[in-house]
Amino acid sequence: MSSAQALSDDATRLAWAACAAVTDPEVPVLTIEDLGVLRDVRLVDGRAEAVITPTYSGCPAMDMIALQVELALEHAGFHAPRVITVLSPAWTTDWMSEAGKDKLRAYGIAPPIGPVGRRALFGQDEIACPRCSSSNTVKVSEFGSTACKSHWRCKACAEPFDYFKCI
Amino acid sequence: MSTNPLFEMSLRLADDALVLGHRLSEWCGHAPVLEEDLALANLALDLIGQARSLYSYAGKVEGAGRDEDALAYCRREAEYHNCLLVEQPNGDFALTIVRQFLFAAAMHPFHQEMTRSSDPTLAAIAAKAEKELAYHLRHAAEWVIRLGDGTDESRRRTEAALDHLWTFSGELFEVDAILRTAIDQGLVPNPTDLRAVFDATVDDVLAQADLARPKDGWMQTGGRMGRHSEHMGFLLTELQYLQRLHPNARW
Repeated sequence: MSSAQALSDDATRLAWAACAAVTDPEVPVLTIEDLGVLRDVRLVDGRAEAVITPTYSGCPAMDMIALQVELALEHAGFHAPRVITVLSPAWTTDWMSEAGKDKLRAYGIAPPIGPVGRRALFGQDEIACPRCSSSNTVKVSEFGSTACKSHWRCKACAEPFDYFKCI
Repeated sequence: MSTNPLFEMSLRLADDALVLGHRLSEWCGHAPVLEEDLALANLALDLIGQARSLYSYAGKVEGAGRDEDALAYCRREAEYHNCLLVEQPNGDFALTIVRQFLFAAAMHPFHQEMTRSSDPTLAAIAAKAEKELAYHLRHAAEWVIRLGDGTDESRRRTEAALDHLWTFSGELFEVDAILRTAIDQGLVPNPTDLRAVFDATVDDVLAQADLARPKDGWMQTGGRMGRHSEHMGFLLTELQYLQRLHPNARW
């Protein structure tokens, strides 16, 4: 590997690390890397380009995330970075990292039960309470505090909780 | 009407999503229970998100410098090509739910098929919308069953909503000349091919709700050509208020 190539790889790694540290404004324990929202970071003619994809079509956090990615790249020394939003391939909860799922659970949100299939979308699987791990839970509402979550209640410990929907 | 089938199809789908999303957003703060307030706002958010992607793309395809805001806020009533179903007023909760159910039952299979569009952007938008509409359909179907098989009052209201809105269901399956061209180009699926899926969903859910399916009779039409019901003008007055009063205002 030439030294120029090695320099460029180091820069790309640095740019990736800067973007990967950006957190989801609605679920601040998760980074956009944990979520699978960060798809790619590359250097094009010396300019950093980050590629992100929305979770839901109308996710109101996307503009905020794009702005934070841009700022993170600026802070890391990449001037005039570009943030590109792509729709394809469509985001899926299957892209959420295991570390991300653990963080969600610790935060009090039941992580998506993957992998996504028609069964997961329509036949309700058992959702374990993120607090007491009981499977004796009941869905309160299909839609919760944000587009990506539904609202559940644990019948064992009586606590309400959010479940990150499979999509 | 534009003669570019890609532009026209993007616009129709965007108008459907925007107008229904706007109607649902009118429930914000007024739904019968807090959970439904959140649910209806979430549905609205999905639909307006889909509309944004479609309007942005339509603007690009048209190449006349119109962006998503120009298309959403700065057209006249006759230039909106949404189906008449989505512009019907919210009425009571039963009417809103039945409207949502009929729309999702028709549009979920449509987007599922459109994921195979010959146009990669339409396919990408459909791949997202398809997953969202699966949830919309399930939510609406559960409510139709609960209301139809609920109290005498909820049943009476749901029957009335179904009878009233059924006359708007025919338009969802109409194929005019420009849609025919779009189908021939592989841009969008043929809705008449998807009629059987819609019928099966409707029959299944109505059977569980113990509701009779209305007879197919005279059907409303005109939205795709920009001929709207009287409600559309009032809706647009509210939707466009800020842009009309303060042109090019930015958030």
